[in-house]
Amino acid sequence: MSLKKIIFALGLIIAVSAAALIFFAHGLKYISVNVALLALGAVLMRQSAYFSDNFYQHASPQTFYPTAGRMIPWFAWLAVVFVIYGLYISFAIAPTDFQQGEAYRIIFVHVPAAWMSMVIYLAMAFWAGVGLALNSKLSAMMAQALAPTGAIFTLLALVTGSLWGKPMWGTYWVWDARLTSELILLFLYLGFMALQASIDEPRKADRAGALLALVGAVNIPIIYFSVKWWNTLHQGSSINMGAAPKMAATMFEGMILMALAFWMYTIAVALIRVRCIILERERNSGWVKELSLKDHA
Amino acid sequence: MNGAWLTVLTRDLLQAYRRRSDIATTLFFFVIVSSLFPLGVGSDSAILSTIAPGVLWVAALLAGMISLSRLFAADFADGALEQMLLSPQPLSLLVSAKILAHWLVCGLPVVLLAPMIGLQYALPSEAIGILVVSLLLGTPALSLIGAIGAALTLGARGSGLLVALLVLPLYIPVLIFGSLAVSASQHGMSPQAHLSLLAAISLLAVVLAPLATAAALRISVE
Repeated sequence: MSLKKIIFALGLIIAVSAAALIFFAHGLKYISVNVALLALGAVLMRQSAYFSDNFYQHASPQTFYPTAGRMIPWFAWLAVVFVIYGLYISFAIAPTDFQQGEAYRIIFVHVPAAWMSMVIYLAMAFWAGVGLALNSKLSAMMAQALAPTGAIFTLLALVTGSLWGKPMWGTYWVWDARLTSELILLFLYLGFMALQASIDEPRKADRAGALLALVGAVNIPIIYFSVKWWNTLHQGSSINMGAAPKMAATMFEGMILMALAFWMYTIAVALIRVRCIILERERNSGWVKELSLKDHA
Repeated sequence: MNGAWLTVLTRDLLQAYRRRSDIATTLFFFVIVSSLFPLGVGSDSAILSTIAPGVLWVAALLAGMISLSRLFAADFADGALEQMLLSPQPLSLLVSAKILAHWLVCGLPVVLLAPMIGLQYALPSEAIGILVVSLLLGTPALSLIGAIGAALTLGARGSGLLVALLVLPLYIPVLIFGSLAVSASQHGMSPQAHLSLLAAISLLAVVLAPLATAAALRISVE
């Protein structure tokens, strides 16, 4: 199975299932989410053309640099479109909450940001683990590129959470379980970035950071449950995987669209950052010199 | 294999014994930090006994943390650590001996000193007993988790401050269950659940932390 086929198949699955949902049962309920997924599937199928059949070829920074460059605009534009549409639904279409009034609308940024903060840590730990196991340079660079975006989303979740808390709870900060574990997640991101920054030799920094990310990933569930045990004041989770969502369909739609937008943003920004890291690390190699000569000419 | 483990343990203990003032520094740090709180908060014994579990546990956390830099730094500087890496014995085993020595030297004295500080905070004798038990169960986890951080920051710039940033977030579960156990006994509830969880964390750390520390040392020294 080559990378090209995997990405193509992934895009095909997403696109076909989104199209099927549009035509059948729930399609009309979350139509914009399905259209967004359709677009994402199509883009992924298009992206697969940039990859060669050889999986390991992409582990080389030199081949990945131009591939990443071609992928960035697609994900960036998807992010822009999804954000505009998601914000439109969140602020214009979604009904006013009968209990919380208009102030609840901050959850369209808050909840997706909180999701991303956790997903990015997992992605970071995944790339760190791959880098440690296969000793591949590029995976460690991906982990390094994801960390700042993860930290930003964590901070965003904290800030929007406290802005929502002021009208709802009457205070900017409560030592509630989920807020506290989000704060600890921010500390874990900062520790990862600080460790990488303070080791001068890049490969050593990669591996030390990777080990820390893995230790953190093992600890996250322990931290989460200990903090949950310690105190909980937060309202129950708004989206429950088992039960039907307790919110209006358009609210759910806005939230999912914003989450998709944040995903696209994260991919685009991580790719931009990984390109910078590649250039910085490989600045003494021939192909980077050629590239810079080409740019100047 | 047992021989190598014992050798490393006795060697580290002997080194600590010959530099006794280092142990005293950690202990006095613990005493000073926990004496600062009554000076800042006031001498009302009701408030003091309320905050005592958290304050004493945080002080123990910080005392354990500042002594971490001593865990590998000297051996790294004089090359002994490199010899351990090259030795035929598994590194995680040797590392576990070093961590045990570190706990005996820096963790155990804090546990033994805690009842005295507890008296200053007007803790009832039952709560003091639970404090000692919780520290006894929890401080090994602090030494074990801290060792990973100490190994990762070996040779990094500003490692003393960096280790705080890496290790303190990972200490949080120990802090939570340790202080909850003490305050549960203060309120007449059973601290058993919290103590069991503390012991579980320590046991998990006994299994995993030496392996992670050994991996971190191989990354840092080379």
